[in-house]
Amino acid sequence: MLQIDKVRNDFPILRTMVYGKPLVYLDNAATTHKPQRVIDRVCNYYSHENSNIHRGEHYLCEIASAAYEDAREKVKTFINAKEAKEVIFTAGTTASINLLAHSLGKSIREKDEIIISHMEHHSNIIPWQVLCNERNANLKILEIQEDEEATLEALNELISLRTRLVAIICVSNALGTVLPFKKIIDVAHKNSVPIMIDAAQAIQHMPLDVQELDCDFMVFSGHKMYAGTGIGVLYGKKHHLEDLPPYQTGGGMIEKVSFSETTYAKLPYKFEAGTRNIAATISLGEAIDYITDIGFGNIQAHEKELFQYASEQLNTIPLMEQYGENTERTGAISFNIQGMHAYDIAMILDKLGIAVRIGTHCAEPLMHFLGIKGTIRASFAVYNTKDDVDRLVEGINKAISMLE
Amino acid sequence: MIKTIQQIQNEIIENMSQHVDWMDKYEYLISLGKTLPPMDAALKTDTFSVPGCQSRVWVSIEKQDGKVVIRADSDTHINKGLIVLVLRVFNGRTVDEINNADLYFIQEAGLRSNLSPSRASGLLAFIDHIKNTVQTL
Repeated sequence: MLQIDKVRNDFPILRTMVYGKPLVYLDNAATTHKPQRVIDRVCNYYSHENSNIHRGEHYLCEIASAAYEDAREKVKTFINAKEAKEVIFTAGTTASINLLAHSLGKSIREKDEIIISHMEHHSNIIPWQVLCNERNANLKILEIQEDEEATLEALNELISLRTRLVAIICVSNALGTVLPFKKIIDVAHKNSVPIMIDAAQAIQHMPLDVQELDCDFMVFSGHKMYAGTGIGVLYGKKHHLEDLPPYQTGGGMIEKVSFSETTYAKLPYKFEAGTRNIAATISLGEAIDYITDIGFGNIQAHEKELFQYASEQLNTIPLMEQYGENTERTGAISFNIQGMHAYDIAMILDKLGIAVRIGTHCAEPLMHFLGIKGTIRASFAVYNTKDDVDRLVEGINKAISMLE
Repeated sequence: MIKTIQQIQNEIIENMSQHVDWMDKYEYLISLGKTLPPMDAALKTDTFSVPGCQSRVWVSIEKQDGKVVIRADSDTHINKGLIVLVLRVFNGRTVDEINNADLYFIQEAGLRSNLSPSRASGLLAFIDHIKNTVQTL
């Protein structure tokens, strides 16, 4: 059982008063807060370990390098990668996808195809769109349907001999909808097409085992899973990563350099040019320990109960419309109050101390598809409570009474 | 006597200061917004849309008899209220008066420090748009 009071106590920012009211933070899909031990870990790094890694032979360099590589080991274990060298540290999910699009892009030819879904975050649209434009390749869009079989069949139809990659979101950041990503991976592989999964909104809510999933690539961010900002992961199967050319070049990613020739370092350093965000990387290791200590069993039981409660309670509000209600969802509930503008509601909620997100959630094509301008999104983390949900519902009812 | 830009701003600051609680401030802004005459649908196009606002804001600016005439609208109640305040300050002024106006009411009425930067910048984008457009009249 999750001890919610203890968990809440781990996050100092939750004690913030906003306009005289206790903070209700429901913008976790944008970023989660950081537990004290993650904050302390970063503080300790700068206080006692700060050094540039893999660059020197002195004491601080040794311990900083060890802490950085320790974080890689923790990620490896957390996602069950075969080897630590399959874990590439980046600045975040967006950076991971850009790396892949750039490096894979070198071998993309005219009329090749990349498949994404209509639910993607802009981060998993634009890098592929730019690549396809540059290479005269085709970006094909898979429509995710409520009927899982129909989705899988549509993907099977969409894949051709020219399909070079399927890149798909696991959990929609805009709607919270969980895609049947394991089955999507299987369909891609049946057609011998590699697949990247964007786990930015999944990694904090469910265990993801890359060997069991058999995905070729997986990307996610640290800051949405209780770690600092500026750290993300590109996981890739070793043989894929070995085949790919480097993305950025410079210090730290080379074996030998002369003015006529450079040989690149081995994995994972080939993809880690320049000085890294060492503090954030170490914070990711600590955040993984935090999640592991609580345990996904406890996290999922708590979040599932909370999600169901939130969905039911929101539905008590007149003219409530939730999106993706008939799909399996996790982490986020997206909705509108018919006849009211999300902006007005969010402004009033803010002054009641309640943080939600409004707008298109970096998923404009999905909003066009739904025929709406945007939504209000309440998104949850391990520290949210039914009390938070009650405050949200009360706040929305208050906003409605003011706006009517 | 027509009130000066300064006098109008002082009135706005005085009115806003009577609403201490944020819910009161918003109720006041929402009620002001309801007094905003609807803008002709033909003018609510992208051409008249102000970039930089989270909600949609449309504005048309003309000069009639040497005075600037601004019509504006929004799809949100709170922004309509803010528009009413801005129009009170700017409407019926000369181009020179608008150019030389020292605008302090947003700050002093607590509309800047208490609105988050992106929202305040929506309001500021609206004002910048008016000031820039007035130059071309």
